[in-house]
Amino acid sequence: MAACRGEGVLDPQGPVAAAERLILLNATAIMLVVVLPVIALTLAFAWWYRASNRRAIYQPDLSYSGYIELVTWSIPTMVVLLLAAVAWIGSHELDPSVPLQSDARAIRIEVVSLDWKWLFIYPDQQVAAVNQLEIPAGVPVEFVLTSATVMNSFFVPQLGSQIYTMPGMTTRLNLLAERPGDYPGLSANFSGDGFSDMRFLVRAVPAADFKIWLEQTRAAGAVLNADTYAQLARPGTGTSQTYGGVDPHLFERLVQPMSPGAAVRGGEQ
Amino acid sequence: MLGKLSWAAIPFNEPIAMGASIFIVVGMLGVLSLITVKGWWPYLWREWLTSVDHKRIGVMYVLLGLVLLLRGFTDAIMMRSQLAIAAGGAQGYLPPEHYDQIFSSHGTIMIFFMAMPFMVGLMNFVVPLQLGVRDVAFPVLNAVSFWLTASGALLVNVSLVVGEFARTGWLAYPPLSELQFSPGVGVDYYLWALQISGIGTLLAGINMVTTILKLRAPGMTYMRMPVFCWTALCSSMLIVAAFPVLTATFGMLLLDRYAGMHFFTNDGGGNFMMYINLIWIWGHPEVYILVLPAFGVYSEVIATFSGKALFGYRSMVMATLAICVLSFMVWLHHFFTMGAGANVNAVFGIMSMVIAIPTGVKLFNWLFTLHRGRIRFEVPVLWAIGFMVTFAIGGMTGVLQAVPPADFVLHNSLFLVAHFHNVIIGAVFFGAMAGYYYWFPKAFGFTLDRRLGAVSFWCWLIGFYLAFMPLYALGLLGMTRRMQHYADLRWQPYLIVAELGAVVILGGIIATIAQLVVSIRTREARRDLTGDPWNGRTLEWSTSSPPPAYNFAVLPQVDSLDAFWAMKQRGPTAAPERYEPIEVPRNSPNGFVTAFFAVITGFALIWHIWWMAILGLACALGTLLVFGWVERGEDEISGEQLAQAERARLRQMGST
Repeated sequence: MAACRGEGVLDPQGPVAAAERLILLNATAIMLVVVLPVIALTLAFAWWYRASNRRAIYQPDLSYSGYIELVTWSIPTMVVLLLAAVAWIGSHELDPSVPLQSDARAIRIEVVSLDWKWLFIYPDQQVAAVNQLEIPAGVPVEFVLTSATVMNSFFVPQLGSQIYTMPGMTTRLNLLAERPGDYPGLSANFSGDGFSDMRFLVRAVPAADFKIWLEQTRAAGAVLNADTYAQLARPGTGTSQTYGGVDPHLFERLVQPMSPGAAVRGGEQ
Repeated sequence: MLGKLSWAAIPFNEPIAMGASIFIVVGMLGVLSLITVKGWWPYLWREWLTSVDHKRIGVMYVLLGLVLLLRGFTDAIMMRSQLAIAAGGAQGYLPPEHYDQIFSSHGTIMIFFMAMPFMVGLMNFVVPLQLGVRDVAFPVLNAVSFWLTASGALLVNVSLVVGEFARTGWLAYPPLSELQFSPGVGVDYYLWALQISGIGTLLAGINMVTTILKLRAPGMTYMRMPVFCWTALCSSMLIVAAFPVLTATFGMLLLDRYAGMHFFTNDGGGNFMMYINLIWIWGHPEVYILVLPAFGVYSEVIATFSGKALFGYRSMVMATLAICVLSFMVWLHHFFTMGAGANVNAVFGIMSMVIAIPTGVKLFNWLFTLHRGRIRFEVPVLWAIGFMVTFAIGGMTGVLQAVPPADFVLHNSLFLVAHFHNVIIGAVFFGAMAGYYYWFPKAFGFTLDRRLGAVSFWCWLIGFYLAFMPLYALGLLGMTRRMQHYADLRWQPYLIVAELGAVVILGGIIATIAQLVVSIRTREARRDLTGDPWNGRTLEWSTSSPPPAYNFAVLPQVDSLDAFWAMKQRGPTAAPERYEPIEVPRNSPNGFVTAFFAVITGFALIWHIWWMAILGLACALGTLLVFGWVERGEDEISGEQLAQAERARLRQMGST
């Protein structure tokens, strides 16, 4: 497990991932207190009470003991009570839809999963990017997510919580990268043939660099409107690219559920 | 005329798929011609294909499970090989459209056509014997159930040769499985195969519940039933409660795909979240449908080979019932990441943990059954102890994922894949293998080879750890499931170790096959004439091996738990002076013929060959009705015949 350092969920780079790793380790430790003795006892009993060991006591009628029963029911119950507390508190503190506490003002990003690429729209900055997610380090990010195709799951292991992206509806996710760095992200829910290439890179950069990136992005590249979007949405894996402008209603329209039969039998309506 | 079916359905230009197709077709033709040349058809038809004997049907279920294990494992080792090489820029040898079918069919086959038949088969064979009765409640229905399950298995394998299988994962989540995103026949193969086998499973469940509730030997009260019967009862009740949900869910998806409806589509007001809820309302109990009978096997095996009564019988029964009820209250833990609120997630997380209490109690009770026992290390005990250690780990990683914030980073990762293989292999499959070895002599009258059994166990155990421990690590590294290739080269060493594990498991499978072959060849030397090779405790060991068609000439009188053990303590009883005549049900081709037409119907529906579908359905229903209503009665074995047979049998059993 030591090899896991430097990547994945055991190498958190933000408060959400750090809290989740802590819960992971705490819960594991709580359970190991019981699981390790059970494994040891199993092997020990199996060895000691082997038929050939004549020194071992053989008590063929020992099939009930109130004390032992009390212990066997209470040990797992106590472990579960502890873990239940961890789960209840953790679920509320780490509810993905609750904004993170921070002095910095959060930045909003709209996420759309496509066949088979990720579109990130910065509604307040009016830029967009595909398969690359530039964020300022130390600033909370409020994601609003949807899918323009089948269900996917937006996941950056080093930043924490994943969340499904679903067509016709939105989910919310709040994350924060503490330090500048490159953190790989991917889709965690199978979505078809191009699924394995639904990777993106989160680049957390200092606030000043983020401003420069915004300016450069605005200055270059096409505008993401109905036409360019239609091109982008065609099934296929994507390369990272940016858009210098965005149709402000695009995301809203993508979330709207489709009208009856629009996709399958459009001609007949 | 032939709907969507054309020559394009045969994978001529895909060498791997074509190779597999040719292998399957040649293999099946080979088996069929061997049977024909040897003239085995009349025997097969008389003794097996039309048999309504619960023991024969149980054996056929287990055989189906073992054969499909080979298919499911072939998929597994293909996936492991793909991932061992498809690192960095490499694409491996399986393109996505093929790889996606392989992981979908691996899951579908292993759950529905390996684990399910194996467990249902063990229940079918053992439960009536343990209850001290002569058959299940509805013997002909039992045959129908089995053959419908086999039909589903056949359809899944036909997809290998004609057309394609689903590329959606083993639960076929919409919208991916909707016509818009999966226009091919793959999802239809999946749906119809599971609809047909699902009916079989439901009928088997109804049959088993009725048998246990209504047919027990005189004096066998509920609290004198062997634990395996309790777990079979709970498992079957779960089947009865859960499988209709599966059928209805698939029914709605089929209406979407065939009739343009909008239950789960992206458009027209459909909502696929309903599907995901419904499929897991079936899916979580399904896990317990599989594992409860395995728990029952361990309870029998550990008690028998420890030479002790099971510790905490009442606790075991309570725990089994608790798991049975709780299993319906946890389904949402399969999608904590769908954005439900904190309260909902927390409640379902905690409910999931609560199941760990009765499960933990079971583990402790097995532990205390070993305590002060005199353990004989026969092969089933190896599986049982391997299970206790492995399951402790698998249970822990499961409870870990029941903590919602932990699941937010583990969901859909290889950690999850490692977890459920840890419980499905470590608990369900180990239990199946323990039961297979334990009851084999009861079914066939000779024991299995012990050395090869041990080789198989050690290969599976070591192979399992090699194959799945790296997957836990990979999940923590951030690798998700169902990837066909990956960019991060640091993952590759772990996947190569996992591939090695799969090869070791292959050794275990080969040892199992060799064990069967060797044991059959040396069967004369390994005859079990006593009917009680393990010094057993329950009633199945009180009759001969194999038992006569009627199981017990005189129904045993039960007055305590571990009825056969008590009988042995009391010493031999005199044979009765006269025997009551017994009626045994006659063979019926109902199951086989109905299933034949069910396959035709399913195939026709998959390929939109409507005339054939209507014809097939009419014939299947017609068969069912005609055979169902014809009064074929039963064969009577007279008291005279019985007395004669019994004398011979008792002489043989006493001769050792």
